[in-house]
Amino acid sequence: MLATPLLSLAIWVPILAGLVVLATGADRNAPLARMLALLGAIAGLLVTIPLYTGFDLNTPAMQFVELHRWIPRFNVHYHLGVDGISMLFVLLNSFITVTVILAGWQVITSRVAQYNAGFLIMSGLLNGIFSSLDGVLFYVFFEASLIPLYLIIGIWGGSNRVYAAFKFFLFTLMGSLLFLIALLFLFVESGGSFSILEWHNLPLGLSTQTWLFLAFLVAFAVKVPMWPVHTWLPDAHVEAPTGGSIVLAAIALKLGAYGFLRFSLPIAPDAAHELSWLLITLSLIAIIYIGFVALVQEDMKKLVAYSSIAHMGFVTLGFFMFSALGVEGALVQMISHGFVSGAMFFSIGVMYDRMHSRQIADYGGVVNSMPKFAAFFMLFAMANAGLPATSGFVGEFMIILAAVDYNFWVAFAAATTMIVGAAYTLWMYKRVVFGAVANHHVAELTDINGREFLIFVLFAAGALGMGLYPQPFTEVMHSSVNELLRHVALSKIQ
Amino acid sequence: MEMQTLYLLVPLAPLFGAIIAGLFCRLIPRWVAHTVTIAGVAIAFIASYVIFKDVLAGNTFNGPVYRWLTSGDYHFEVGFLIDQLTVTMMLVVTFVSLMVHIYTIGYMQDDPGYNRFFSYISLFTFSMLMLVMSNNFMQLFFGWEAVGLVSYLLIGFWYTRPTAIFANMKAFLVNRVGDFGFILGIGLILSHFGTLDYAAVFAKASALAETTIPLLGSGGEVALMSAICILLFIGAMGKSAQVPLHVWLPDSMEGPTPISALIHAATMVTAGIFMVARMSPLFELSDTALSFVIVIGAITALFMGFLGLIQNDIKRVVAYSTLSQLGYMTVALGASAYSVAIFHLMTHAFFKALLFLAAGSVIIGMHHDQDIRNMGGLRKYMPITWITSLIGSLALIGTPLFSGFYSKDSIIEAVALSNIPGSGFAYFAVMASVFVTALYSFRMYFLVFHGEERFGKAAHDHHPQHLKASSHADEEHHHAAHDEAHEDAHGEEHHGLAPGQKPHETPWVVTLPLILLAIPSALIGFITIEPMLFGDFFKGAIFVDSEAHPAMAELAHHFHGAFAMATHALTTLVFWLALLGVVAAWYLYMKRPDLPVTIKARFGGLYTLLDNKYYFDRFNEMVFAGGARLLGRGLWKGGDVGVIDGMIVNGAVRLVGWFAVLARFFQSGHIYHYAFTMIIGVFVLMTLWVTRA
Repeated sequence: MLATPLLSLAIWVPILAGLVVLATGADRNAPLARMLALLGAIAGLLVTIPLYTGFDLNTPAMQFVELHRWIPRFNVHYHLGVDGISMLFVLLNSFITVTVILAGWQVITSRVAQYNAGFLIMSGLLNGIFSSLDGVLFYVFFEASLIPLYLIIGIWGGSNRVYAAFKFFLFTLMGSLLFLIALLFLFVESGGSFSILEWHNLPLGLSTQTWLFLAFLVAFAVKVPMWPVHTWLPDAHVEAPTGGSIVLAAIALKLGAYGFLRFSLPIAPDAAHELSWLLITLSLIAIIYIGFVALVQEDMKKLVAYSSIAHMGFVTLGFFMFSALGVEGALVQMISHGFVSGAMFFSIGVMYDRMHSRQIADYGGVVNSMPKFAAFFMLFAMANAGLPATSGFVGEFMIILAAVDYNFWVAFAAATTMIVGAAYTLWMYKRVVFGAVANHHVAELTDINGREFLIFVLFAAGALGMGLYPQPFTEVMHSSVNELLRHVALSKIQ
Repeated sequence: MEMQTLYLLVPLAPLFGAIIAGLFCRLIPRWVAHTVTIAGVAIAFIASYVIFKDVLAGNTFNGPVYRWLTSGDYHFEVGFLIDQLTVTMMLVVTFVSLMVHIYTIGYMQDDPGYNRFFSYISLFTFSMLMLVMSNNFMQLFFGWEAVGLVSYLLIGFWYTRPTAIFANMKAFLVNRVGDFGFILGIGLILSHFGTLDYAAVFAKASALAETTIPLLGSGGEVALMSAICILLFIGAMGKSAQVPLHVWLPDSMEGPTPISALIHAATMVTAGIFMVARMSPLFELSDTALSFVIVIGAITALFMGFLGLIQNDIKRVVAYSTLSQLGYMTVALGASAYSVAIFHLMTHAFFKALLFLAAGSVIIGMHHDQDIRNMGGLRKYMPITWITSLIGSLALIGTPLFSGFYSKDSIIEAVALSNIPGSGFAYFAVMASVFVTALYSFRMYFLVFHGEERFGKAAHDHHPQHLKASSHADEEHHHAAHDEAHEDAHGEEHHGLAPGQKPHETPWVVTLPLILLAIPSALIGFITIEPMLFGDFFKGAIFVDSEAHPAMAELAHHFHGAFAMATHALTTLVFWLALLGVVAAWYLYMKRPDLPVTIKARFGGLYTLLDNKYYFDRFNEMVFAGGARLLGRGLWKGGDVGVIDGMIVNGAVRLVGWFAVLARFFQSGHIYHYAFTMIIGVFVLMTLWVTRA
């Protein structure tokens, strides 16, 4: 019996579902569109579950591989496969899609079919990125995934959405072009192959590696985003609708970080070692500088956006210390950030839907009218501050411990997030949720409904489950991470 | 096997109660919430007692419950270490927690957050038990932060009060400063020992005693053990409120009184003391760290005691006394008298919980007036509270035969015998502090229970101290308080007694815990000093290098039984200092109440210094909080908005714009412009081609 093409299903089920939803057309069919979208998202999640249950822990090789010729003239293949590094992101993405469809259920009332279709198609494309093993295929998915997000911000976004969408698009396009050149260079250098796995074993001189590494760096640093190419993110978040922010934070930011692991490190290992000081410096700047910037934000979404950048700084820091604890910590941090930042943006969305304001100053005493919401928001705020028993703690803990082993003062700088991260999160929480009722708008707030409760429960299950028992998440990573580190430790210079 | 189930039961029973009372706090009636949580804690207490008996029989345990995480060569587990030190803590925690649970029924009866409160205190009990039962640093840190979380939730329990939600954030952040050091210490341990398991780390410790690490560059070698121990101790300074990370504890009095007793006196704040005692095999290897510990402890013991002298809020007096007593415990740790520190931790847990709960009882009796200047003569109206308070105060000041006497006297003796640098100063500090402790304790005692009845006189012309402390939020607070109906009795502190109204004794749920705590406050020291300090009770759990730090061994020589110790004390300076403190308090506040006023006027500068708590808060708010906001604004407006977006991003856009202007100049639309340009181009190219050839 032929193996089920699970990865193809993970990619095409949501995309097809998206097209079906699109076909429902005008808003008079909105209830049908929503229902179909939810079914599509759930189906998309269900087809990814065998990826985890059927995953072989003992091999670093790609699993669930599918290989077909696509454009024979340029030796381009439809080549899919996941390892311990990418598999969890396919699951996370499919999970987040369900929450996003639910999050827009009552909020989005115009162009409902298009909105939901956009997210479903994007979900499929993102799965494509995480499972592509062919350079061209990767690039196609990588660029195509920009389009739905661009449209979602541009159509369903806030008042300044066009500026934000444009800034987002230009920033990421700038990186993409360099990335494309790097891919073409590798195609030529490898004698006509677009196979990423073959590129991993391609011998390259140090200066070649350095140029490639820098080209990748620009592309991925914008996506992560790393300081100083991060300024598009707060704008994009502020203007994006809640669902857009959730996907942006939970998945889209992971693409850059994933790129480092799939391209930069294995293809240019010597350059990665040579330039690790640069990456570590930029990561620490992201952690400290951005932490202080987050502290003084007056817009909740901007605050959480900045905190995302600081958390992603931990991810890149974890990668470039070249230790298993650091890299796995970074991967854990990426997944955790998916749950926690997704939940944070959803929390802000819940308030925004009722108050139509994201300004901290417009709130105060929300707990009095929304106690259930306040309890969930507290949980995610604490997860954002890295409290043990939440997923936010696990990655930070691993990376800080790895950093002490790497260099005490790097760890010292990174650990300041324990204070600053708690400060900006709790200060916001205090001003928004605690206190006496600030105004009659707050007094009239209604607590979360069943749908919102369900979304919170989903996020909470992720954040708490991973915090209390992270082993199931990390055990799938070991083989691949160890293989990656072994590979990166070998010089490619001949 | 059976015992292991019991080990699990101890933390999980309170957790179960917390979950039931927490998740369903809006659905279940009050009696369900308090019954299920009290049952949970009672089960934990009984199980702890059974385990205690089992440990006494020689059965200790060290093993994992489940594997939390593996990464690279490292394993992180959740597991239990059950030994004498653990069971001591388990008994103290579960007993005090049980008392506080019962007391809460009375104290919180009018509060709309009744179920939520029970959920929190049970969750706290679970977290604290996970902390003390841990067999590794990861779980220790988990418990450490979890108790911090519950403390945060409970200080801000009355979340509409601006002062409370300021205090809880402050508590969390100051603790995070300590945790910052703590996690770096844990990182150094993992990096050099390759494991976070206590037993494995301790086994390897002496082999690494001489290791140095280039912490300050290639020339700046630092002893590994000193670095680890000082970093771990910074964590303890946050949790156990040692100077300069003590600033959160007085403000934590914004929380309801039961948790002040449980968390901010008896258990959580002693987590740092417990941790250092647990790490004794590491601390014994670093005299530098022990010196640091003893000096910090001594400063805390003395200078925080002074602040207790001028407080008028009944809870704040007890809070400063807690700070000072934590200083005593820390001093004991620095003197390598870990068992004495734990002994004082235990006696203090009983008498300080008692004093706090008694203060809470007074507060109920006074209808939520906390200002001791409005009290007086309460012994007539609240006899049980009076007697139990007296017992607690006598224990606190170290009256011979009372529990506090044995622990405090042992600390002073141990410090006297210690040879650690800084122990001389510490000895002076703990001696002076004996007098100070007696003075502030009995100042409060006399003002509350004796003398003229000052309550029920018209409106109070002075507010409780703590409102003044955060005056920036004061105005707002008044409005908030008045908006709330009387259903939240604690929403306003200005209740107090109406003119002519008398205080009343509190119901049995309040007085029963007072009585049950008064018994160990009086007796536990006499009973347990011999096994705990000089027997082999802590053998295997606490390690002292008696060659390098002989204080404990010498102390054992001087000990000739608990009764002899008490009679001998009558001839020592310590006793007379304490007595002098009590007499001074009586003279100043009963006999000549005009004198304190004169003294205050005479030493105005000193009074201002104490009234501003040595300006720690002011400094932190200006330098750290203000500085961070200033830095953040500078980086944001200057860096992100100014340089990156303003110059680079928009600059790039402008550059494109200029280029477009330039390009537009060429695209003039006139044929002769193009023709001319083309001719020049051809000319240049041909020149190049010719010259190259």
